[in-house]
Amino acid sequence: MRFRSNLEKVLTENKFAITAEVGPPKGSDPNKIKEKAELLKNSAHAFNITDNQTAVVRLSSFGGSVILLNMGLEPIMQISCRDRNRIALQSDVLGAASVGIRNILFITGDHQSFGNHPEAKGVFDIDSIQLIKIVKKMRDDGVFQSGDKILATNPDIFIGGAANPFADPLEYRVDRLEKKINAGVDFIQTQSVFDLDRFNIWMDEVRSRGLDKKVHILAGITPLKSLKMTERMKFHVPGVDIPDRLYDKMKKTDDYKKTGYEVALNLIDEVKKIRGVHGIHITALFWEDIIPNLVEDTNLMAR
Amino acid sequence: MIITKQKKLEVLLDLIKNDSVFIAGCSECATLCNTGGEKEVLEMKENLEKRKINVTGWEILDPACHLQNDKRLLREHKDSIEKAKKILVLACGNGAQTVSDALPNKEIISGNDTLFLGEIKHTNEFEKKCNLCGECISNLFGGFCPVSLCPKSMLNGPCGGSVNGKCEVNKDIDCVWDSIIKRFKEKGELDKLKAISAPKDWSKSNEMTWRTPR
Repeated sequence: MRFRSNLEKVLTENKFAITAEVGPPKGSDPNKIKEKAELLKNSAHAFNITDNQTAVVRLSSFGGSVILLNMGLEPIMQISCRDRNRIALQSDVLGAASVGIRNILFITGDHQSFGNHPEAKGVFDIDSIQLIKIVKKMRDDGVFQSGDKILATNPDIFIGGAANPFADPLEYRVDRLEKKINAGVDFIQTQSVFDLDRFNIWMDEVRSRGLDKKVHILAGITPLKSLKMTERMKFHVPGVDIPDRLYDKMKKTDDYKKTGYEVALNLIDEVKKIRGVHGIHITALFWEDIIPNLVEDTNLMAR
Repeated sequence: MIITKQKKLEVLLDLIKNDSVFIAGCSECATLCNTGGEKEVLEMKENLEKRKINVTGWEILDPACHLQNDKRLLREHKDSIEKAKKILVLACGNGAQTVSDALPNKEIISGNDTLFLGEIKHTNEFEKKCNLCGECISNLFGGFCPVSLCPKSMLNGPCGGSVNGKCEVNKDIDCVWDSIIKRFKEKGELDKLKAISAPKDWSKSNEMTWRTPR
């Protein structure tokens, strides 16, 4: 069987996949990405390069992905709908495919008002579900959104998307995932899991509809580094759900990093057991150097 | 004024699907646009009845975007609204939603398409004037607004595509930069257009404003 990417191979062969996030720098120095990637290279199958996340200007996800390719690592390039219209989005998919990027994750994107250029005009010409459908048709049918034919090679992309099992309104969350699947998504990375009960409710519904057979689901894991970070995520990051129980644990400890690490370890052990979870996606914000230990201690063999 | 265009009758019939309807028009913009005043509402009633659609009643809201007025006026039609399966609103998109706020349990059909905020040039001739950017700078451009009237919203002069003062995107519209330059030239003030206009702050625009400050 032919696989578009190593990530697709790992997931298709039912191995537990690990992806890790590499946030690009606020500048054009490639070494910032190389250093992080060097640190993580044996701890994940593929690496997300975020696209101006939280609407803060950073080195582009395309640039970052090329840096990884040159290191022999596999990028998951993220593309957000906030900053580009359908012309640029389709063009960027072609460009990415042309240099050998094989995994792209499509998101609608954080609103520009959250970032460092709140005066910017958001594009939002199309949303993530529409974009996923467009890219699937580019890949499988060789047509652009307009119906125009692709003249020289369809982009051979393993299509990723995001899902948030914790966002409001809860009763719609699985419907939205199903919509993404129907649009053509191949793999899903979820919002960071902290509330296992909620996550299990979502996964139960996912399984009862047979959706875990139609898409590869990677559960989001974010190690909490400090009380400040816990509070920021609990109270200020939309869509993140940190249960009080966990918050109390972080408040009471005298070693935040140690407790945060144990919590992450435990979460990984628990999500591993959930049927239908095909891997984890680790986002260690400003704490990337913890990922190798985490992967080793949970006996998740990457590569 | 909010400029609207009535949807085609076939489109509306498709949405109504032979169900009973109550028609709501608007006393202001839609009346002036001839898309939802008393005349058009009665014409619509006749057209629908000709096709055996039960029109249970009608009202011209005053204006449709005024929630309290809508509630008051629609209360007087309690029975005919109850009998109607759908409410056909011949107003702007705002009017349709305000009627929906006033009648949350009813299926609302927005009978008009809302085009732009513009001027009545002559009867039934309208021209876009304002994009609701939240920070009016037309004073910097001799009373013209390039944000709204230039398809690229260019603030530092024309793109170079206009021919004889007409826009390259649409030959029916004037290049606003042609008009701006003409006006400054007449006043001998072309120098004033030399300064670089800064990027706009879109956070003040309708992109980011939902309510007036309380």
